[in-house]
Amino acid sequence: MLTSILIMALGAIVLGSALGFASIKFKVEGNPLVEKIEAILPQTQCGQCGYPGCKPYAEAIAGNEAEINLCPPGGQEGVRKLADLLGREVKPLDAEEKPKQLAIIDEQTCIGCTLCIQACPVDAIVGAAKQMHTIVAALCTGCELCIKPCPVECIRMEVITENIDNWKWKYPVFEIKRAA
Amino acid sequence: MLQQLFKFKGGVKPDPNKTPSVQAPIGTAPLPALLIVPLHQSIGGVPNPLVKAGDYVFKGQRIGDPDKWISSAVHAPTSGTVLAVEERVASHPSGLPTLSVVIEPDGRDEWIEHTPLDYNALEPERVREILRDSGVVGLGGAVFPSHAKLAPAKAVPMDDLVINGAECEPFMTCDDLLMRERGEEIVRGIGIFRDLLKPKRVLIGIEDNKPQAVDAIKAAVEKVGENFSVIAVPTRYPAGGAKQLIRVLTGKEVPASKRSPEMGVQCFNVATAYTAWRAIAHGEPVLSRIVTVTGNVERPRNWEILLGTPLKDVLALGQPKPDTNRYLMGGPMMGFEMPSLEAPIVKASNCIIAGSMAMFPPVAPEMPCIRCGACAEACPHELQPFEMYWFSRAKNFGKTQEYNIFDCIECGCCSYVCPSHIPLVQYFRFSKSEIWSREREKNMADAAKARFELRNERDEREKAEKAARLAKAAAAKTTEKKPESAGEPATADVPVDADAAKKAAIAAAMERARQQREAIQPKNTDGLTVAQRKEIAEIEARRAPLQAQQTTFNAETQSSQREEQ
Repeated sequence: MLTSILIMALGAIVLGSALGFASIKFKVEGNPLVEKIEAILPQTQCGQCGYPGCKPYAEAIAGNEAEINLCPPGGQEGVRKLADLLGREVKPLDAEEKPKQLAIIDEQTCIGCTLCIQACPVDAIVGAAKQMHTIVAALCTGCELCIKPCPVECIRMEVITENIDNWKWKYPVFEIKRAA
Repeated sequence: MLQQLFKFKGGVKPDPNKTPSVQAPIGTAPLPALLIVPLHQSIGGVPNPLVKAGDYVFKGQRIGDPDKWISSAVHAPTSGTVLAVEERVASHPSGLPTLSVVIEPDGRDEWIEHTPLDYNALEPERVREILRDSGVVGLGGAVFPSHAKLAPAKAVPMDDLVINGAECEPFMTCDDLLMRERGEEIVRGIGIFRDLLKPKRVLIGIEDNKPQAVDAIKAAVEKVGENFSVIAVPTRYPAGGAKQLIRVLTGKEVPASKRSPEMGVQCFNVATAYTAWRAIAHGEPVLSRIVTVTGNVERPRNWEILLGTPLKDVLALGQPKPDTNRYLMGGPMMGFEMPSLEAPIVKASNCIIAGSMAMFPPVAPEMPCIRCGACAEACPHELQPFEMYWFSRAKNFGKTQEYNIFDCIECGCCSYVCPSHIPLVQYFRFSKSEIWSREREKNMADAAKARFELRNERDEREKAEKAARLAKAAAAKTTEKKPESAGEPATADVPVDADAAKKAAIAAAMERARQQREAIQPKNTDGLTVAQRKEIAEIEARRAPLQAQQTTFNAETQSSQREEQ
């Protein structure tokens, strides 16, 4: 009787301390769900969802504070992926879906005020005070955040059209014809 | 030399249709009215244009400079004037434009200065550079820059150099004719590759439906005095695929994750060897290629055509029959429809086939997959096309990758045998380009995220630095003040000090004002007698004889007023 109690107690102590040790040693920093959500978000850092960047939005979604359909650059495809990940229902996007865009500075009009450089969340604009600025096309995420601060309205958005480098083979579609 | 041959699994035997175009020797195409030379004609970096509209170019002058190592130069195919450097429709299934140099030939065909080189006297590195600058790329259709394949792998000794003269695609005969007519130059070109790679054996594989080519190359090898083995391989599509030919000739199977140099094998097309020889021994860059013009035409034949010749000029040579409704570039198995009659001949254009409804009847409608497994039996890469088809159709791209969709060489055997007429290759191409585009987007998003995080970090750091600077400045100010207050006997309490200083300052200012008032007092004329004041006025009037009349008048009136007072 006593031995069995002792054995059980010993087992409890050993397993308990092992669990306690594991909970300290293998503690997960941060919420792993946030990272998974962030991987789906397009990282434009545009703030169109109402949060200052993709990570805060991911945190809000993980904390059940935000809807999953607030990200216009992610599009309906993004909403679908988030719904898949979180087991929520797919909702229509809470904004107009836009094609991928690219900001372009009219270099004749630019006065070199550096306001757009400060606004760009991804460091895609180069230039210096009183020097012409320009956008590094390969780095621009099309977030539109540079348009508002420009005092001379010299920045415009251009839709990225299909070119030979981003062209894709189409999904095979066949016209259904009536059998003769 | 008797040698054991191996087999590859799968493959099909389509109707070869090669006889019509081998009746006549290679013809030289006349100079077209306009040449449209796309800058991007090879795998890798897009060459940078070296000419602008209005420039005069000589034949062989470089017009596109290779961008980075994996890239290849582009040259003017003839002498003439550059009309424009602009976007023109590309020989690409998309039909989208690409940056091209438009040249109007002047008809003189005047060469730029070029010299033959003795490659044995050159460093291997220099030979590779010359090949890159001469625009030598794989002419079998993949257009991979050849110089990049000519550096021997460090870890694995090079066992076999495989030269691909199989030409397994139906209709196509450009390599066949090249081997028959210019065998010696091909063999000498292979010699260059051999000297750069130093393989143990050189194997030239030619499909056994081209006995004349086999004989020609054998004769050329003997003439040049090389010890290359010329091997006739069984005719079976796609024996001309690099991995398939390597398998047949060496028995080595190149696994999915590896490239052939890691197995000690390298593979080149016969036409590539020919252009390499021209580039080194004659100093001539790649300006033209042999193109088979065949199919539904009156005069099927092989032509040596300048790169950049528009399709319509090529068709003038072949004279398509009236019922021709489309033109394919490449063979019927792997080729694509040319988007426009203006699309030019490029380094990848090995064959132009005119097609008609009778020759290529419209594909029967796609029926459901019955899982018969015919595609898996035909696949030369031992993939499972039906599985990849299901997942491509469902857009489940992760699964298609699990079934190794990227090992698919798009040879078309599976579509060819499918009893349900499913365009399997189209599904695979769709999946592949979708996966690539997603990969691209993902990489861009990751880079954007990294930059955003770096920027935030920088902002934080700058803010912290600014705060530190301000705090330091404030601290410096207070320490500057301290010596002043230390001079005073008061207990050094800052607010008390400040108050006392303020009070003292106010008192001092008031004192100064009082003293000033007192100092001004003696100057006042109020205390003087009328006579004295009159005297002063008179003196002042005399002192300023040169002053304006008005001032004098003023002074007089002033003095008179004072007199009245």
